[in-house]
Amino acid sequence: MKLKITRDALVPFASVLVALAIGAILIAAQGHSPVQTYHVLIVRGFESTAGLQATLSKAGILIMSGLAITVGLRAGLFNIGAQGQVLSGALAATYIGYRIHGLPMYIHIPVALAFGALCGALVGGFAGLLKATRGVHEVISTIMLNSIMAAIVDYLTQNQFRLKSQPNTRTPDMLHSARLPHIFGYPTGFVLAVLLAIFVSWVFKKTTTGFELETVGRNRSAAWYAGISVKKSIVLGMLLSGAIAGLTGGLFSSETTGYFVPTFYGGIGFDGITIALLGRANPIAIIPGAILIGGMRSAQSAIQFEAGVSPDLINLLLALVLFFATAPFLAKLIRSNSKSITTTSGWGS
Amino acid sequence: MDTLLNISNLSKSFPGVKANDDISLHVNKGEIVALLGENGAGKSTLVKAVFGLVRPDSGTITIKGESIAYGDTAAAISHGVGMVHQHFQLVPVMTVTENIILGDEPHKGMFLSMKAARQEVIELSKRHGLEVDPDSVVEDLPVGIQQRIEILKALRKDIDLLILDEPTAVLTPQEIDELLEVMRNLAASGVGVLFITHKLREVMAVADRVVVLRNGKLVGATTPSETDEEGLAQMMVGRNVVLQVDKGPAKAGEVVLSVENMTVKDSRGHEAVTNFSLELHAGEILGIAGVEGNGQRELVEAICGMRHRTTGTVKVAGVVAPDMDPRQVHLMGVSHIPEDREKDGLVASYSIADNLILNQFNLKPYATKGIRDFKVRDAYAEKLVEEFDIRTPSFENLASSLSGGNKQKVVVARELTQDLKVVVAAQPTRGVDVGSIEFIHNQLVSARDTGAGVLLVSAELDEILSLSDRIAVMFGGKIVAILPGEGADRQYIGRLMAGLTE
Repeated sequence: MKLKITRDALVPFASVLVALAIGAILIAAQGHSPVQTYHVLIVRGFESTAGLQATLSKAGILIMSGLAITVGLRAGLFNIGAQGQVLSGALAATYIGYRIHGLPMYIHIPVALAFGALCGALVGGFAGLLKATRGVHEVISTIMLNSIMAAIVDYLTQNQFRLKSQPNTRTPDMLHSARLPHIFGYPTGFVLAVLLAIFVSWVFKKTTTGFELETVGRNRSAAWYAGISVKKSIVLGMLLSGAIAGLTGGLFSSETTGYFVPTFYGGIGFDGITIALLGRANPIAIIPGAILIGGMRSAQSAIQFEAGVSPDLINLLLALVLFFATAPFLAKLIRSNSKSITTTSGWGS
Repeated sequence: MDTLLNISNLSKSFPGVKANDDISLHVNKGEIVALLGENGAGKSTLVKAVFGLVRPDSGTITIKGESIAYGDTAAAISHGVGMVHQHFQLVPVMTVTENIILGDEPHKGMFLSMKAARQEVIELSKRHGLEVDPDSVVEDLPVGIQQRIEILKALRKDIDLLILDEPTAVLTPQEIDELLEVMRNLAASGVGVLFITHKLREVMAVADRVVVLRNGKLVGATTPSETDEEGLAQMMVGRNVVLQVDKGPAKAGEVVLSVENMTVKDSRGHEAVTNFSLELHAGEILGIAGVEGNGQRELVEAICGMRHRTTGTVKVAGVVAPDMDPRQVHLMGVSHIPEDREKDGLVASYSIADNLILNQFNLKPYATKGIRDFKVRDAYAEKLVEEFDIRTPSFENLASSLSGGNKQKVVVARELTQDLKVVVAAQPTRGVDVGSIEFIHNQLVSARDTGAGVLLVSAELDEILSLSDRIAVMFGGKIVAILPGEGADRQYIGRLMAGLTE
């Protein structure tokens, strides 16, 4: 039992190492030095104070989006639509942040974030409702909702929510009272994200609601047999996943940008998928992965300036990590006792 | 006599289990050998090794004197071995002909020749006396015919040895008789037959020799003339087994479950249960006999609130039970041992402890205000593991680590250790070893004796006959007859199950 857990935990480490090794070959093939590139990555991502602050700020956001995906996965739902939910939450929180005046910080920030979470929950919950009532697969509906949400926030930012005095498309700045403060330059969002991870972990470990969601995730028929409303759990799972994604967007606006531009939010929702899978859908285990990816993202531009390597290398590395973390053959290779990869199928019961 | 198959000193281990431990056996030309053993005894592993589906650790397998490489299915087939699997490998939407020729289709150039294929199937079926309609779509055919198609598929390759893995598990008594006849004919034509079973009656009826496995070891070989069913059961389990259930007369009380004019549709939208009415009394076991697929599953699910009732009502002790609310129906005192324990009854990746409270995890004392109490759960689990003799190192182990019989004990322990008025037990001993069957039967009888009404749905006629105080025969979504359990005639019930009224 113990042995199996350590072997399982090896998979993410192995995926990262293999990805870095392949990355090194590609860097060398382009005539650059892999050693120098990875040195820059480590220094800029983790060693320098400014680098670490940027890394943790990004890591906080990534932990949150990883949690959004994790909650879905635990309930047996693959929420590909975190991206759309992040966008809706970000715009909603930004709007509250610049539109409402005269609130003290300790009210303004929670209200803005809560509104972001609510909008994310509505988008996610809608996909859940479609699945529960009409049997629409959440992967299909959330992919479509991603495009729909991208179009809606784009439209709103260009029209109603636009800061007219600026030539480029953006919203007005959030008021100072809605901006998440930094503590000695370190991001508060990271702390919030870790607390949320602990809370989510507690929900799944200790509460009946968590148990219901997880039972539906593991065996829908048995859940229904045991009296758990599968439909309710599907809607709730998507609602919670969407709420966390919306909160992620709000946090990003409030802590990092301070205003909304649709293109700011690039791959937050999709990075969350990588992180959740890397952490095997365990709310605590996603934290190291988020810090790692946060570091890679914050050193992305330094790689270009200081090592001359295209910043796309980071995207490539992340794609490789995702590939290996989910590719069953690597996992099997590590898990199997014998030299051969073949596993016997179905002996007795 | 010509030795067809010879296995010597074969061993195979899986992590933590020795599935086959130094097994030697042989099958002669024209001989029927029964491979008998409880679930998990290693029967399937052994025949899979012969067919090349499992790679043994050591030992040799020879067919007609030639040694067969480990794990090489193609070699096994080319040496004339055919296998009919427990779970049919048919494509339901294709015709009989298409299924039989699948994988080696007759063709003209690059085009499939359906005409030649059809002709081939007709000849094949004539030659072996196995009648099939080449143009029927497989999913429309009864299970017995589907099995016949599987056998034809195997016979098409001119085989010398036919392996049958639990071939009778899903058949009616009449279909079983037909299958046994087919086996005899094949043997008479010189084919060696190796068949896996845990049904003693069939072994006695058809086998030339019996080989018994227990915990991966070969514990004995005998012939039906040297022993009887009790003797075989004892070899299989390693101790004395009481095959007959020991129960006193029923003291039937008030009606605890009544179903009135209920109609239920199956998952494809076809009517599976039609205008169904039934009364179950406290303190009796009412057995529902019938071939699978005659609406039993839908009936059980509708009673337990898991499936929508198109019309009709279900009352538990006089109170109307809600439609589509399993939790509420359970709270009204209805226990449900589901037909498919892997799919419905258990969450394989949960601990035994969590599975033991799967339908009451949200109730006191297992949870207070939505927060679960693991101490209470663990104490309860420890008690049930002990009481129901669930064989496991710890209740913290995953349900998936248990054998079939022990999995079922988890389900039975959960369902029968609650305040209950009605027990709905669907196929409660399917795929369960003899020792566990005995235990589960006794539990059902004791639930009856403490005043619950037991609705027993089973495709095993022996189970129905040995447990039921009353027997209802179900066919085509309706009850076609209700008989007293005492002195019920197996042949007569068998005919009713097949839809014959005369």
